[in-house]
Amino acid sequence: MTALAPSPVMYDVERIRRDFPILSRSVHGKPLVYLDNAATTQKPNAVIDRIVRYYREENANVHRGVHYLSEIATNAYESVRTTVKKTINARSEKEIVFTGGTTEGINLVAYAWGRKNVAAGDEIIISAIEHHSDIVPWQMLCQATGATLRIIPVSDAGELLLDEYAKLLSSRTKLVAVGHASNALGTINPVKQITEMARAHGAIVVIDGAQGIPHLRIDVQDIDCDFYTFSAHKVYGPTGSGVLYGKEALLEAMPPYEGGGDMILSVSFEKTTYNALPYKFEAGTPDIAGVIAMGAALDYVASIGVENIAAHEHDLLLYATARLQEIDRLRIIGTAAHKAAVISFVLEGVHPHDIGTILDQEGIAIRTGHHCAQPLMLRYNIPATGRASFAMYNTREEVDALVAGIGKVLEVFG
Amino acid sequence: MSDLRELYQQVILDHNKNPRNFRELPEATKKVEGYNPLCGDHYTIYLDVDGDTIRDVGFTGSGCAISKSSASVMTQTIKGKSKEEAERLFNVFHKLVTGEPGDTSTAELGRLAAFSGVSEFPARVKCATLAWHTMRGALEGKEVISTE
Ligand SMILES: Cc1ncc(COP(=O)(O)O)c(C=O)c1O
Repeated sequence: MTALAPSPVMYDVERIRRDFPILSRSVHGKPLVYLDNAATTQKPNAVIDRIVRYYREENANVHRGVHYLSEIATNAYESVRTTVKKTINARSEKEIVFTGGTTEGINLVAYAWGRKNVAAGDEIIISAIEHHSDIVPWQMLCQATGATLRIIPVSDAGELLLDEYAKLLSSRTKLVAVGHASNALGTINPVKQITEMARAHGAIVVIDGAQGIPHLRIDVQDIDCDFYTFSAHKVYGPTGSGVLYGKEALLEAMPPYEGGGDMILSVSFEKTTYNALPYKFEAGTPDIAGVIAMGAALDYVASIGVENIAAHEHDLLLYATARLQEIDRLRIIGTAAHKAAVISFVLEGVHPHDIGTILDQEGIAIRTGHHCAQPLMLRYNIPATGRASFAMYNTREEVDALVAGIGKVLEVFG
Repeated sequence: MSDLRELYQQVILDHNKNPRNFRELPEATKKVEGYNPLCGDHYTIYLDVDGDTIRDVGFTGSGCAISKSSASVMTQTIKGKSKEEAERLFNVFHKLVTGEPGDTSTAELGRLAAFSGVSEFPARVKCATLAWHTMRGALEGKEVISTE
């Protein structure tokens, strides 16, 4: 074993683990080792209790009533806009649109911005390592408008080839969409540089932040992207809520995405006046509890400090990478210099599915499959990988359990 | 480990490593692709059907140990059988891996019995049945079979 620096001293992972009730359960008679955090993270008591408190004490519809509960609920809901604004350093609450998650955010931009601003002959650039949710909405937009989709290629290590990207950019480029970090490989993309390069050609930039927000400090003004979208459930919040950040001028100029209640100022059968930002994009009753609990999740992360979480996860990444590399038949897919704590791997002679089943019997949850990134699997000529992804509450002991579990896999398969 | 040994029986490990009839059939009368979009398992099944008889079977493709060994054992099981018999075996196998009570004795199950452990792993039933569904689709004249 190579000697690695010990975990950050001030970081009390055992105390953090106690905040997550599910971590004390067992699976198949073994303590749960949850390493599927890129799919969704577990939830701390602060989030679970917030949902319960909302339904027990505060439940009412928002923006609609003059009564006491409606005011409480509306205040709690709207205060999350401020929390999000601070978390990602947006300029104003008007730039924070609540959505159902990353996927909805991307579709909203593809539809509301795309249908208005993209035409036949235009080009949209995405990367070879995008999640399906950052591929398909752009394909649909291209189909609807006659625009062309161009793909930034990726190196064997899993890094975007920026020289190739530079060659793709032209006056035809209308929009560039890339992930902040790859869910399949862990690669953290140089989003600031990617944005700057797009900007020079007059294109707008959409960042899929699903894997950015859990691991990195986000500063949308520093990145200077036009849109940034994420899901609460990947950052210790509930499923069903998320955020689309957009620059105010762009959001202002965009037509609404869905029509309905809340997104209007006045409706008559002759004419409807749309509501101001950000409400123009929030039709219908939202996931109120989900948004409020997302606020609790972001507060919880802030209380620990995203830099501290990142340092802890980086330690786990280095430790796990070193330990996994000791296994002869194991190959790590994705070895970018700048990585989030995600390790995709293949094991010679054993299909990832079989690895997943055997690890599950040991109480270890990893993801196996194509990780909603089929074009990427094709790029590396593999049908699927196993993927261990780490969060603030994982430990080196859990990495050891994973390594021992893979030992069992090799035992079964001989 | 005991459940795992039940799942990954020797027959399964053996057929995974050395799949039987793992080849294209140039003379195939039917050729059908079967895939599981969820996990990427992907096989092509070739059948040489003469009247009512499955004269020869082959398969190519890739996937997990359960799906591959199941395809391999299936080719051995249905080779030389009538279409009707293949359909009956499909039902026998399906009951076995989903844990439905069946009236087939272990002796009669033969090699198929190696898949009895699958019923304890509901997430893997689709792996075990992929090739069988594909074969059945081929007999019904379909071209692509996908299970989810
Ligand atoms: C990089 C990336 N983008 C987008 C998504 C989609 O997120 P959601 O399903 O929460 O909308 C995910 C989730 O798997 C992801 O990892």
